[in-house]
Amino acid sequence: MMSLLPFVVGLPLLGFLVLLFFGRRLGRPGAGIVGSASVGLAFLGSLFVYRGLIARPSDQRVYVERLYSWFSAGSLHVDISLYLDPLTMTMVLFVTGVAFLIHIYSIGYMAHDERFHQFFVYLNLFVFSMLVLVVGGSLPLTFLGWEGVGTCSYFLIAFWFERPSAASAGKKAFIVNRIGDAGFLLGSFMVYKYLGSLSYSHILPGAAGTPQEVATWVSLLFFVAAIGKSAQIPLFVWLVDAMEGPTPVSALIHAATMVTAGVFLMARLNPFLAVSHTTSMVIAIVGVATALLGATAATSQSDIKKVLAYSTVSQLGFMFLGIGTGAYVAAIFLMVTHAFYKALLFLGAGSVIHGMNDEQNLKKMGALRRFMPVTSVTFIVGWLSIAGVPPFSGFWSKGDVLDAAYAKSPLLWIFGIAAALLTAYYMGRETYLTFYGPSRWSDPAKSTVHPHESPKVMTYPLIVLALLALLGGALNLPFGSKLEFLANWLAPVFALAPPPHVSSSLELILGIVDSIVALSGVGLAVSLWRSKWDQPSLEPTVLQKAYFVDTIYDMTVAVPGTLLAKEANQVVDPKVIDGAVKVLVASISSTGKLMRRLQNGYVRSYALAVSLGVVALLGYMLTRASS
Amino acid sequence: MFPYLEILVFLPAVAGVLVFFFPSEFPKRYYKGLGVLVSSVEFIVAAAMLVQFKTGVGGYQMISRYHWIPEFGITWSLGVDGISLFLVILSAILFPIAIFGSKETKDPKTFIAWMLILEAACVGSFLVLDLFDFFLMFELTLIPTYFLMSNWGFALGGRAAVKFFVYTFLGSAFLLIGILALVFIHDGGTGQVTFSIVALAHTQMSSTAGRLLFLAFSIAFLIKAPVFPFHTWSPDAYSQSPISTAIVLGGIMAKLGTYGIIRFDFQLFPQASRSLGWLILTLAVVGIVYGAITAAGESHLSRLVAYSSLSHMGFIVLGLFAFTQIGLAGAVLQMFNHGIYTAALFLLLGMIYARRKTLDTSKLAGIQSKAPVMAGIFTLVMLASIGLPGLNGFVGEFMILLGTFISHRWWAVVGVSGVVFSAVYMLWAYQKVFHRRDPEQRSFRDLSVREVATLVPLVILIVGVGIFPNLLLSRIDPSVHKVLSDATTQSVAYHSSLGKVAGR
Repeated sequence: MMSLLPFVVGLPLLGFLVLLFFGRRLGRPGAGIVGSASVGLAFLGSLFVYRGLIARPSDQRVYVERLYSWFSAGSLHVDISLYLDPLTMTMVLFVTGVAFLIHIYSIGYMAHDERFHQFFVYLNLFVFSMLVLVVGGSLPLTFLGWEGVGTCSYFLIAFWFERPSAASAGKKAFIVNRIGDAGFLLGSFMVYKYLGSLSYSHILPGAAGTPQEVATWVSLLFFVAAIGKSAQIPLFVWLVDAMEGPTPVSALIHAATMVTAGVFLMARLNPFLAVSHTTSMVIAIVGVATALLGATAATSQSDIKKVLAYSTVSQLGFMFLGIGTGAYVAAIFLMVTHAFYKALLFLGAGSVIHGMNDEQNLKKMGALRRFMPVTSVTFIVGWLSIAGVPPFSGFWSKGDVLDAAYAKSPLLWIFGIAAALLTAYYMGRETYLTFYGPSRWSDPAKSTVHPHESPKVMTYPLIVLALLALLGGALNLPFGSKLEFLANWLAPVFALAPPPHVSSSLELILGIVDSIVALSGVGLAVSLWRSKWDQPSLEPTVLQKAYFVDTIYDMTVAVPGTLLAKEANQVVDPKVIDGAVKVLVASISSTGKLMRRLQNGYVRSYALAVSLGVVALLGYMLTRASS
Repeated sequence: MFPYLEILVFLPAVAGVLVFFFPSEFPKRYYKGLGVLVSSVEFIVAAAMLVQFKTGVGGYQMISRYHWIPEFGITWSLGVDGISLFLVILSAILFPIAIFGSKETKDPKTFIAWMLILEAACVGSFLVLDLFDFFLMFELTLIPTYFLMSNWGFALGGRAAVKFFVYTFLGSAFLLIGILALVFIHDGGTGQVTFSIVALAHTQMSSTAGRLLFLAFSIAFLIKAPVFPFHTWSPDAYSQSPISTAIVLGGIMAKLGTYGIIRFDFQLFPQASRSLGWLILTLAVVGIVYGAITAAGESHLSRLVAYSSLSHMGFIVLGLFAFTQIGLAGAVLQMFNHGIYTAALFLLLGMIYARRKTLDTSKLAGIQSKAPVMAGIFTLVMLASIGLPGLNGFVGEFMILLGTFISHRWWAVVGVSGVVFSAVYMLWAYQKVFHRRDPEQRSFRDLSVREVATLVPLVILIVGVGIFPNLLLSRIDPSVHKVLSDATTQSVAYHSSLGKVAGR
């Protein structure tokens, strides 16, 4: 069964190649069907792989398949190989599953786009890269997937590249991610230097024996990579701009899958974190700070997608809080449930945008529940789920993370719970501005807006995701070890780091607090935004601009950097460096006159002289030789 | 044994010289076909040579030696090893493509003749085993390049050619002095005049003499590569050359410099190469960063490629002077890969120029919506050049940085920043040229079948080498191992001989 794994990874690649060469001919919806089918089959295949893996005893659930030798020199040997364990299996299942739903949805969403087939070309390449990222058997192969998803993200953010803002956003995402990638490279080098290998089957068991300092450096460097990919402080700025891409892209790449790659990477490398408590603490602090930053910024956005973007930043922060506090299972649990409800929310937002003729401003919506019943109901499910209202999935997963934070340090928990309160609030605000209150789009001058429910090809994925968002908590219910399925399943992966212990009575109290906080957030949002839509005092500029971080980067990095590049190019290189070398040339060769003649254009004669010189040298030697 | 190497050197040389003497009645439009034909035969011979090449052997293969000027110990000797193998293959791939893709209509006879002679000189430089022969071949590359640049180049081709000539010739002067000094020192020590690399590798000399000679050789190679701060000829030369010549300059001739470092610096002056390695490593990382920053400020695409080459050649030099097997093997692999994607970039620039008559990024916009095929291929080549895994630029760069990290950590850390910068300047340029809308809504023809055919071999190599780099590395690695172990044992022997002297 598990030998199907290369096919699971290969199917989206095959889909990509077919679409690349025949996509235009397949047309619409043909190209979309091919793209969806390849991912759907991959999902089916991964179910079989899962059956194979779970049939094994829990301590033997690691499957390594070596395909061929990628590159080697001296003592370095890097294979193209696949590494499957419960962690990667979980990733494969939810990535292919969610990607399949979003592919289906895209057939409807992109139906009128002139580059319909191109969209699926990129989307299939993305799924392939994401699968390589999670099942790659060595750090360079994970890096292949890592950069591959980044490149697809670049393509897809800049999908409507005629818009300068989209083109810039794509570029920005790629460059900011590359900063993280530099950390990935250095981390890999350090691993090789101290462990002599880059493949997981060697380095994961070997990590426990590394000195603490090395483990700290390794894990910090990889965390830099994770910060870039998963949009944490200070590299979160690209994710909001990434909303320039088509909405299914935001759902798939910038919410459900790619941005969680950083969380996956840290979970994958948990043996290093087990050695280094420093890094764990850094991750927890960055995580909770990002959770708060994202949540506060999300309260003041007026673009339907930007609320969700900052929400994603915030939720990723929660996941890192879980990683940093040693609650890996909780982090993965939150990652999976987040994929369900955030994909749902984004696709719901897409459905709204679709039905509103590309309107994204919340202030120009309202009362849409009457026109979009399916979208609004499923969106509300997503809201309650992310808010952490029991029994929606977010309650269980976020609760696990917060419990672990409490066990680690009550201070982390306080910040976390504050972010949780804000989460329930800002999503309530978005829900009310979109679906409730008076309609603000019925502008008589613009009679072209006729809100309508989206076609079935878009609403069915919404319904499936809503069910998952509602019931996803069943993956890991805290009622005895039999119901903690995810924890048992992932236990061998995180064997080195026992999860933080929370007594069941404390767990119950914290669960009640979580529920109260979630309901307060919901209530707050309802009371504040039920009938109002313009409250500047609740949307301060500092939050709208996310504490001006992007502006600061512009002023301190982008603008001076551009000036530096221009200066280097137009002054330093031609005037200083070239000038210095010219002086050197003139003084060394001490043939100033010749130089002057050269510059007057007598080069042919000079070239001739050189050629003759070589010939003369040759002739001289020949005559000496024959004499 | 079939004389592969002799044919590889003499076929284009003889053909090139013969073309000069073709009668004027010979139809002009046949010359390009003739050039493609000769260089394609050259490619077939090179491919056959590659098949014959024994994997797992570190030393020279297919060696042939003829006495030439015995009084000076000058022989005509050829041989190929894992270091030179793929540089020869690279030349044999790029010349037919450069000639096929060339758009030069003026005086095709002389153009083709010079191109063929240039091919002979390039291939010859990689294959000869005698220092005198190498100098001859190394110099011989200058003359055709000079004429190609000044006669078929862009408006400022003449001036760029002078600059190119003066700079590289200055380096050659150092090289010549270095060669003669080395031969004299060897003569003084052993009473034997020889230009054979193998014999000269065992020359005993003081460490000061070794360092001076190392510097004399290195200047020639660093100018040729080019490495900071000896690069200022290259933006002019790359941008003013005809596309065909720019391909050869950036794709092949740049590697003469890095090849010279491995073959001569490392083998003749292993001790100095190590003790002065920090100096060259520093120049390399400065070049990586400086080249990238300068490229970011560049608005002319060919000049941008020149600065990007400065950055990328910095990576290669970094890998060389890391003195680790991983880094050196990566550098040799990267020489091939850099040649492939640089050539593809220049070809694409030529195709853009043919349509818009400019390569200024501020005057180009919105090509992607008009020419998706060109945009797609350009994107692929661009991603290869910024080292995207799965494409050919990655593996070499990764190995270089890993090898450097093992031996010289901080240089590698600075070098890694080049990974970020390369994305900045390439994506920025791409955005200006391909994204957005053309404000004037001019038409832009997508690639013709013929143009796609020119690019396809390079695209296949970019993807193929990215996925199966071990096909090359398995042939490169044994020679890299030999070069390094020779250099190590020699410097150990050198140390022990010093110890004896001191002991007395």
